[in-house]
Amino acid sequence: MNKTLLVTAMTLAAAALSAQAAARDTITIVGSSTVFPFSTAVAENFGRGGKFKTPKVESTGTGGGMKLFCGGTGVDHPDITNASRAMKASEFDGCEKNGVKGITEVKIGYDGIVIAESKSGLDMTLTLKDIFTALAKDVPDASGKLVPNPNKTWKDVNPSLPDAKIEVLGPPPTSGTRDAFVELAMEGGCNAYPSIKDLKKTDEKKHKAICQGVREDGAFIEAGENDNLIVQKLVANPKALGVFGYSFLEQNADKIRGVKVGGVAPEYESISSGEYPISRSIYFYVKNAHVGTIPGIKEYVAEFTSDKAWGPDGYLADKGLIALPDAERKAEAQSAKALTPMEKPAK
Amino acid sequence: MNNPAPAASAPPPAPARRTIDIVNASLKRRYAREARFRFMGAAAVFLGLLFVAVLFGDIVAKGYTAFAQTYIQVPVYFDPATLDPDGNRDPETLANADYLGLVKASLRKQFPQVTGRPQQRELYALISAGAPQQIQAMVRQYPSVLGTTRDVWLIAGADVDMLVKGQIDRELPEADRRIKDSTLTLVDQLETDGRIERRFNTGFFTNGTSREPELAGIAGALAGTFYTLALTLLLSFPIGVGAALYLQEFAPKNRWTDLIEVNINNLAAVPSIVFGLLGLAVFINVFGVPRSTPLVGALVLALMTLPTIIIASRAALQSVPPSIREAALGIGASPLQTQFHHVLPLALPGIMTGAIIGMARALGESAPLLMIGMIAFIVDSPQGITDSATVLPVQIYLWADSPERGFVERTSAAILVLLGFMVVMNLAAVLLRRRFERRW
Repeated sequence: MNKTLLVTAMTLAAAALSAQAAARDTITIVGSSTVFPFSTAVAENFGRGGKFKTPKVESTGTGGGMKLFCGGTGVDHPDITNASRAMKASEFDGCEKNGVKGITEVKIGYDGIVIAESKSGLDMTLTLKDIFTALAKDVPDASGKLVPNPNKTWKDVNPSLPDAKIEVLGPPPTSGTRDAFVELAMEGGCNAYPSIKDLKKTDEKKHKAICQGVREDGAFIEAGENDNLIVQKLVANPKALGVFGYSFLEQNADKIRGVKVGGVAPEYESISSGEYPISRSIYFYVKNAHVGTIPGIKEYVAEFTSDKAWGPDGYLADKGLIALPDAERKAEAQSAKALTPMEKPAK
Repeated sequence: MNNPAPAASAPPPAPARRTIDIVNASLKRRYAREARFRFMGAAAVFLGLLFVAVLFGDIVAKGYTAFAQTYIQVPVYFDPATLDPDGNRDPETLANADYLGLVKASLRKQFPQVTGRPQQRELYALISAGAPQQIQAMVRQYPSVLGTTRDVWLIAGADVDMLVKGQIDRELPEADRRIKDSTLTLVDQLETDGRIERRFNTGFFTNGTSREPELAGIAGALAGTFYTLALTLLLSFPIGVGAALYLQEFAPKNRWTDLIEVNINNLAAVPSIVFGLLGLAVFINVFGVPRSTPLVGALVLALMTLPTIIIASRAALQSVPPSIREAALGIGASPLQTQFHHVLPLALPGIMTGAIIGMARALGESAPLLMIGMIAFIVDSPQGITDSATVLPVQIYLWADSPERGFVERTSAAILVLLGFMVVMNLAAVLLRRRFERRW
């Protein structure tokens, strides 16, 4: 009895494998968890059209997505990868090496990273320098020498801030949001110290280590990848701050508010205009070799780059996407439509 | 030890202490100790139950609202000019007609006072993005509605749904709410007209996932779970029982089998994510099994449940008394016949219990599946073991991470469904044991 079952299972598996290798009629998308909500919304609307199957969207993180995407061409490899940062030169080379030539880069908009607090919170206004001084692992003391961060309260950081314990909930190092926060907010603040800024020219590695090192003594709390959890914790603890994507602020505007950074509140307009300092561009990449082989890729890209999706009034804006300025959007849509292959990135 | 030696300096000999006195002296303390232990035990159980009650209470309190869905009644004029311009009822034309436009036109007609683009956008948001599909399905089923005006109950948009369910506080200042004052007026008007209704949310059980909370359902995840678990059982049960039978009854007892036994016990305690990594490295990268499919999920989960099944099966086989085997052998059965005709059937209740517990664990598992690409947005229900699929725990994980407010209740509701399945499976294990277990 055992043997029969076993044999059946094996045959089943073998049959299934051979069937799979033949063809694929759904688009496979991988990549960033930041772009995931937008990509899935487009996929769903695209699938609703009824002409093509709804694409499969996998949330692998930007780096993991690049790895899969650059694995090669053919039905086993994904057609599109989402990224919360631009493709790196090393990834581009890796793609070329595996025969993935002709990649179209489409910039889809901005994602703001907000520092938020409960509605009943301290009503803070921070500068990038404050953020760095409060959260860095090592900060320069009065003489410019680096010491382990001694600041316990916001008042220690900047006398104009309230006398409350520094308590910031944020994403873990595996998260793209954390990368962007560290690069944009921490590094921006760290360059406000002239001594560290000069270091960049002489010792770039050390500069990076200082600027991007987050303290580990409990003031910065890694709250996991779940941003809803951070929102709940902020409501429970009005003195804490939280770091997450703009869409969570928008959805929970009745419970939390964004902290002004450098005097600018995180709002749609300020992020779109680039005035709000902590925002990044998000992208997706299309494998040109798959267009025409896997049905629907061109149409999916067209759906994504249509104004009803990524325009300022489109359905992606409702999901929290910050649209590109009109002219740039038009240019991106055109290059996406023509599937213009990208150049090798500078770094 | 409680017997203090008489002090040497006390010459008058004390009357000899009798054992009963010693016992009586410590009796009170010993009773107190027992009482303390009992109290601590009861308190621990109480605390445990309290936590379970709070957890369940929280999930039920957050999730029960997801089983209802708000509908809005809209008089829809099925305009033949838009839907069927040629007038020949061609299914192709009807399938591609502009149903969204029809819904929008109906809403504008119902609320003629709403003018201006931003206000009209708010008006359209009353109704879910799934409404055009609803209308389309109606037209496909009853083509006779063309040219008539019908009152149709359409699925309400997520924000309106939240408002009707009381999860948006109307007292807050307008800027802090997702629902603006103008929409509040519209909803209030609909409510006084009796055009808003809450119904049982059948869509939650029949739809696949969606980016719109009001349309999202668990059907796809349930189908994926079914295929994955069925295949897991098919793979792990025969192999597990066979391995246990061989190791317990046939294999020689030597250093090698000891080593294997230690390894099996170790494997049972390995964190499940390691099996996911193994699946990624071996099944996907080496054997080329397609990612995100129930097939690769089942292979990984089968590896994970194998040790549980082997250990439970060995224990069950061991508890069958040797007299059974001896009797069978004595009347001329071959060793294999002895095992399959006599020992295995007697051990089966224990084996089944182990298998069900292993399956329940596999049902609730998400970590290894994240590694093999089952954390994906898949709208269509899988039709077989090689279609892309996701499973219930992963669906819960994905929803829990979605920004939309409406997903909070849906996450909890999906957890309730998962817990329901778990309870049923574990209950089945207990019942099986009660019903068929033989004591020797």
